[in-house]
Amino acid sequence: MDTKHAREASPALRLFGRHGRWLSAVFAVVTLVVVPVLNLAFPEGSALHLSTHWVGLFGKILCYAIVALALDLVWGYTGILSLGHGVFFALGGYAIGMYLMRAIDPSGLPPFMVFLDWKEIPWFWRGTEHFPVAILLVAIVPGVLALAFGFFAFRSRIKGVYFSIITQAMTLAVMLLFFRNETGFGGNNGFTGFTRILGHDITAPRTRVALFMLTALTLLAALAVSRALVTSKLGRVLTAIRDAESRVMFSGYDPLPYKLFIWTFSAVLSALAGALFVPQVGIINPGEMSPANSIEIAIWVAVGGRGTLVGPLVGAGLVNGVKSWFTVSFPEVWLYALGGLFILVTLFLPRGIAGLFDGGEKT
Amino acid sequence: MKREDWNVSGDTTGIGRVASLDTLDVSHGPILYLEGVHVSFDGFKALNDLTLAVDAGDLHCIIGPNGAGKTTMMDVITGKTRPDAGAVFFGQTIDLTALSEAQIAQAGIGRKFQKPTVFEALTVFENLALAMKTDKGVWASLVFRLSGEQRDKIDETLEVIRLTESAHRLAGLLSHGQKQWLEIGMLLMQEPKLLLLDEPAAGMTDEETERSGELFLSLAGDYSLVVVEHDMAFIRQISRKVTVLHEGRVLAEGSFDKLQADERVVEVYLGR
Repeated sequence: MDTKHAREASPALRLFGRHGRWLSAVFAVVTLVVVPVLNLAFPEGSALHLSTHWVGLFGKILCYAIVALALDLVWGYTGILSLGHGVFFALGGYAIGMYLMRAIDPSGLPPFMVFLDWKEIPWFWRGTEHFPVAILLVAIVPGVLALAFGFFAFRSRIKGVYFSIITQAMTLAVMLLFFRNETGFGGNNGFTGFTRILGHDITAPRTRVALFMLTALTLLAALAVSRALVTSKLGRVLTAIRDAESRVMFSGYDPLPYKLFIWTFSAVLSALAGALFVPQVGIINPGEMSPANSIEIAIWVAVGGRGTLVGPLVGAGLVNGVKSWFTVSFPEVWLYALGGLFILVTLFLPRGIAGLFDGGEKT
Repeated sequence: MKREDWNVSGDTTGIGRVASLDTLDVSHGPILYLEGVHVSFDGFKALNDLTLAVDAGDLHCIIGPNGAGKTTMMDVITGKTRPDAGAVFFGQTIDLTALSEAQIAQAGIGRKFQKPTVFEALTVFENLALAMKTDKGVWASLVFRLSGEQRDKIDETLEVIRLTESAHRLAGLLSHGQKQWLEIGMLLMQEPKLLLLDEPAAGMTDEETERSGELFLSLAGDYSLVVVEHDMAFIRQISRKVTVLHEGRVLAEGSFDKLQADERVVEVYLGR
């Protein structure tokens, strides 16, 4: 039996790759032990104290990393470039936001409805005071939207740049819908002013650290599941669809259910990231669905390296790390810096940062 | 789509036996039958009342000048192009015009493209494993595990196409000729009943061409083959029956030697 078959035989190695296993272990130790201890065990003023501001920033970046991972599944592996993943992220955020708004005043209406002088809760808000209902909505609403959109787009065999353009139109359309006060989601202000989550003070350091740890665990789980997907035969069919779709069809596979499966999975994963994002940043508004936001996600993936899973995580971390520094120190040049970075990566690192470490063995 | 929903002509193939894709009925001779097929693109008649039958187990060559409709005919058979009019039957019972590309492939028609098309980011072994005849649904692929028997079958095919040494190389790194062989190997893994080969010898060395000719001859009988070719020496080597297409219809049919003497065929190829 040759080495390849032997490699297939070890599930742990398949899940985390050669270096991936210890990288994942380091990541787990840092996010689940080091950060919580530095924040909670050392008092403010201590040289070793990590402020809650930083925990929040790291948590936000981890959420972005999960979206980048989700986009890599459809773009990097299946060749479907979505420039509308921001809409799934935002819808997940809105779903959890409904619960957080209800939790502000459990017996009354959310503040923006009081402000609009609404007398009762709209029908589509019913049940959102229960946390499990909100979690179900996080998965179901973006999942159904992705399924319906994907079904019509893939059945009509819309591909390449045409598909990318209609995903931009989709996110723009939903954004305009959410801007309206009548839609019932707080209009252009969106949701903010959250106070409690599951009975805990949402601004307390302990809650923030718990949310951060939950985000880190979700990222690790998403990475493991994604790896299992792309290394399965299903993953090879997806790669085959990316490279030669007609050959896939003439080999007896119907590409439609394959594309729909990975597309919907990716959308739900993005929504999950959005649901983790909103309690940590404390706000969600339609601006999250702006077409530019979705394009930025694609840049993280391109910078990190398409079709590598880990690359997009690094890309999201790097670009957003640099972004938070730039937007504080030189806010007016950030967009130029982002554009320049994108051009440099496209010209000199077509396979992204991950391509530097890969030795050219994998595409 | 459920199997019962498949559009089959004549609901039964015997007393009360419903035709299904597993029971290809070739009892009356032809495995593939096209009748009165018309296809036009913006007024250009790519196929004009094409009627053609391929006998089961035959090795049937199709020749014709550029624009004669050879590739369009392949597209119609494999579901890529829908005919404007006419009937296309696989065996006695399966109406190909009602099936999708994937269903036609599952029914047992394998197609090799003019330009070799393999999955370049996958290894040779993985290419063959993907093409292998098995349940091709999403869930089946997610939980798929290669059995020892299936692995042996892939190894056998690797021998036939002489790529055993390259089994774990990426297909994108193969030479043009090797890609042709890999694509043929993928067709064999599908276990089709009918193989459609569009210029299979293009880009092969003389020695490789001869070897592929031998392979096709050995396949005929168990399989039925339709070969579109330009290489006359190759056709002389392999053909049992040749059909000449011209302007979207059959111009002449018969043995290679008979056609070589046919004035109309010479005229079409050499011009007036």
